[in-house]
Amino acid sequence: MTDQSRIRNFSIIAHIDHGKSTLADRLLERTGAITEREMREQMLDTMDLERERGITIKAQTVRLGYTANDGQDYILNLIDTPGHVDFSYEVRRSLAACEGALLLVDAAQGVQAQTLANAYLAVEAGLEIVPALNKIDLPAADPEGAAAEITGILGGDPADVVRISAKTGAGVDELFERLVATVPAPTGDPDAPLRALVFDSYYDAYRGVVCYVRVVDGELRDGDLIRFMATREEHPVNEVGVLTPRSVEVAKLGPGEVGYLITGVKEIDQIKVGDTVTTAANRATEALMGYEEPKPMVFSGLFPTDGDDFERLREALEKLRLNDASLVYEPETSKALGFGFRAGFLGLLHMEIIRERLEREYGLDLVATAPSVAYELVRTDGSESTIRSPQDLPDPSEIHSISEPYVRAMIITPTEYIGTIMELVTNRRGEVGNMHYLTTDRVELTYHLPLAEVVFDFFDNLKSRTRGYASLDYETEDYRQSDLVKVDILLNGMPVDAFSAIVHRSAAQDYGRTMVDRLRKLIPRQMFDVPIQAAVGSRIISRETVKAKRKDVLAKCYGGDVSRKRKLLEKQKEGKRRMKMVGSVEVPQEAFVAALQVDD
Amino acid sequence: MIALPAHPETAERSSGLRSAYVHIPFCARVCPYCDFAVVGGEDDRISDYIDAVVAEIAIEPQWHRLDAVFVGGGTPSRVPAAQMRRVLDALVVRFGIAEDAEITLEANPEDWTQEHSDTLAEIGFNRVSFGVQSFDPVVLVSLGRLHTPIQASESVAIARASGFGSVSVDLIYGHPVETEDSWTDTLRTAVEVAPDHVSAYSLTVEPGTELWKQVRSGAPAPDSDIQADRWEQAAEFLAEAGYVRYEVSNHARPGHACRYNLSVWGQGEYVAFGMGAHGYRDGVRSRRVRRLDTYIERMRSGIGPIQSSDVIEGWNAELERLMLGLRRTAGVRSGEGGEALLASPQGARLIDAGVLAVVDDRLVAANPLLTDEIIRAVLDLDEPA
Repeated sequence: MTDQSRIRNFSIIAHIDHGKSTLADRLLERTGAITEREMREQMLDTMDLERERGITIKAQTVRLGYTANDGQDYILNLIDTPGHVDFSYEVRRSLAACEGALLLVDAAQGVQAQTLANAYLAVEAGLEIVPALNKIDLPAADPEGAAAEITGILGGDPADVVRISAKTGAGVDELFERLVATVPAPTGDPDAPLRALVFDSYYDAYRGVVCYVRVVDGELRDGDLIRFMATREEHPVNEVGVLTPRSVEVAKLGPGEVGYLITGVKEIDQIKVGDTVTTAANRATEALMGYEEPKPMVFSGLFPTDGDDFERLREALEKLRLNDASLVYEPETSKALGFGFRAGFLGLLHMEIIRERLEREYGLDLVATAPSVAYELVRTDGSESTIRSPQDLPDPSEIHSISEPYVRAMIITPTEYIGTIMELVTNRRGEVGNMHYLTTDRVELTYHLPLAEVVFDFFDNLKSRTRGYASLDYETEDYRQSDLVKVDILLNGMPVDAFSAIVHRSAAQDYGRTMVDRLRKLIPRQMFDVPIQAAVGSRIISRETVKAKRKDVLAKCYGGDVSRKRKLLEKQKEGKRRMKMVGSVEVPQEAFVAALQVDD
Repeated sequence: MIALPAHPETAERSSGLRSAYVHIPFCARVCPYCDFAVVGGEDDRISDYIDAVVAEIAIEPQWHRLDAVFVGGGTPSRVPAAQMRRVLDALVVRFGIAEDAEITLEANPEDWTQEHSDTLAEIGFNRVSFGVQSFDPVVLVSLGRLHTPIQASESVAIARASGFGSVSVDLIYGHPVETEDSWTDTLRTAVEVAPDHVSAYSLTVEPGTELWKQVRSGAPAPDSDIQADRWEQAAEFLAEAGYVRYEVSNHARPGHACRYNLSVWGQGEYVAFGMGAHGYRDGVRSRRVRRLDTYIERMRSGIGPIQSSDVIEGWNAELERLMLGLRRTAGVRSGEGGEALLASPQGARLIDAGVLAVVDDRLVAANPLLTDEIIRAVLDLDEPA
């Protein structure tokens, strides 16, 4: 057990590509936690997706030994956080396990919206912030400007912002010293009943659920019977240990210490991340933080392209859920797409990650329906329900009111783009909130927007309007009543459930026209005219026709041709097999994918 | 009794005919749209080739007397009549040819002199099919043809004078340079020269051809909607002139439907000789090597010309019966495959769309221009348990 005065628990808050992973590797190397060879192995162990996107999906934790300039040995626990808004609940839990946060900003790019959002979370959680500028070795670096931005937001003296290059190692020693000096030591009560925060968990095929914990008061001992305060479940401790980053078993963890806990629980939802662990014999009375069920915000139907893959999709989702309690799904049947699942995600990125993992790691070919949000419906008879799929919306005559989730969106942008962003936000039914100048040429804008508008290609639009300079973050706020309608798309008079969408009445015409127009180009000519219509209720708001094909016959088929012509027709037939029948209309699989593609 | 070209009885009777196909690959040059087994400018190999064909005929196991002989190409009219005589003689020796057999030769107008025509008639040919393609000089040049419209008209008259009992002309429509008027004129001229039979094909861009390469590098491709218009125009015009459309692309006066082709569409059997030729005998479809040198070499060395063969039997044969028969105006006897089609969702869809019809006990392509929609559905049918 380590003396609390020698412990420093901190997180790193950084934007994608601002160098968090490189710095983490540098810290590991500098403290001798792992060798260079091991480091490469560790890199290989992380998910491809994480490395490609430069983000952390699962939090990682490591205990570093460091001898400071004062001659004392310190334990630095680095508790890594997911860097994305979709995972803000995870971020908050990780921050709750720390006393300090290292705010890492790319000296060339300056502060980004997501970093700022997480920095605010850290300040809210009462953490001491250690600001640092990375990539000072880059020619484009502007340490003075970036430092001014940081102190403009968080206060302090620009001169105190540590300048480092995680790549070259410059300034890393100074950073260590600053962490030791600035991050407060934990001040838990060693004699009080045990209180430890579960800030993350993962499923291990051999060991069951492994919890990451931060002990606040008391001691977590191997063999003790412990109690999870929120779930009120009791389990014996099978193993406790620290992460160096290898798992190293210890007899106990004392106040301020960070490590892992294994209880023999096999199912990930049985242990709620955010829960507080105490001992069954000597229970604490107050939990450390309020536990929240992860709340899916974005929903999408996932359907295997090949109907035979339904079971494989189910198994893949089950496996992903082993490690991701925030992923929820239930079976959904679509007339057009067959059997699939309606899945709920924390946000757009979470959705994309899950989709990509299903396709890459499980080799599934999927059609995903347009993302939607959860609407609160009040019927004329006064009953209330939550609508997660356009299919579930009743006839307009049964609807008293519909409310939709709103978010507070924070956008950081160079000032020259304010006009175009305002325009975008207004088009998306947004309300203007605050405008806060970070420097003379960078500004932080706050808006209130319907989440549905944000999930529908808002970010891509923002990026293209600002040539990639604007960054976005959002958090959910409240539900507001809106004038929403369901737009149905009909092929040859038959509604195609996969294309239905709930949109604001003012956007119905646009959505209808866009879909009708796309489908007109995607649906091949058939044996008969195929009308494509968009409708709100029984009112047709847009219409196009795919004219019947005129000629589909080979010019010749003679004695010498029979085999060849047959082969040709067989091949064409195989192409037809990949079509889905919607009523009597043959729709190519690609048409579903292409029509549902968000970006044009 | 004169056989009505589109009558179901005519169609069904042809299934019992026994035919021979002989392939002559030689051409002055290869037309840009052609993907048949042909060679251009290799006439010096004609004699060697005919030796090989005659040898191949001699080793084919004995069979029935032939009801029809079809010498196709390529351009069979390039081959001297004396060589063609060797081929017919070999067929007579090996199988015998029925008294009233249809004996067809494909010909190009530019090769068709009175003397050549007379000799070919004399040695036994009684039907000639001319590769006219168009009576519009612009279209002819675009198709890479070497004759003039006048030569085309004259060749029909020459064949008549030689006593050919049945004369056919081939036409191609839908080339991007062709206009509606041009096609009307071609049809009118064709009717004026009064052949007994007209085959009208939509120009097709076959992979690997010169035309295909041109289209791939940006030349205009034939427009399928325009081709549909031209098809309708031809059907109407030729019908008025007394020609009956008895297959997707074939029109004939009563008594002049091509018996060899009718036999193929009726799943009749035929022996085949020459490079690239396909035969269908005793339920086996055989394919000969497609290269001139290889074919000749294989015959010389006694290896034989067969490259591969497939057994067509059971359900497979049933589906093929429908596939071939549906191209005919007379349609095809429904049978087991037809029952399966009509019982399938695709069958119902085809009926609903007015593409497929049931007339008496026969399946008929109600819209011949969409016949392949039906055939694909047929080829997708599983054998009933």
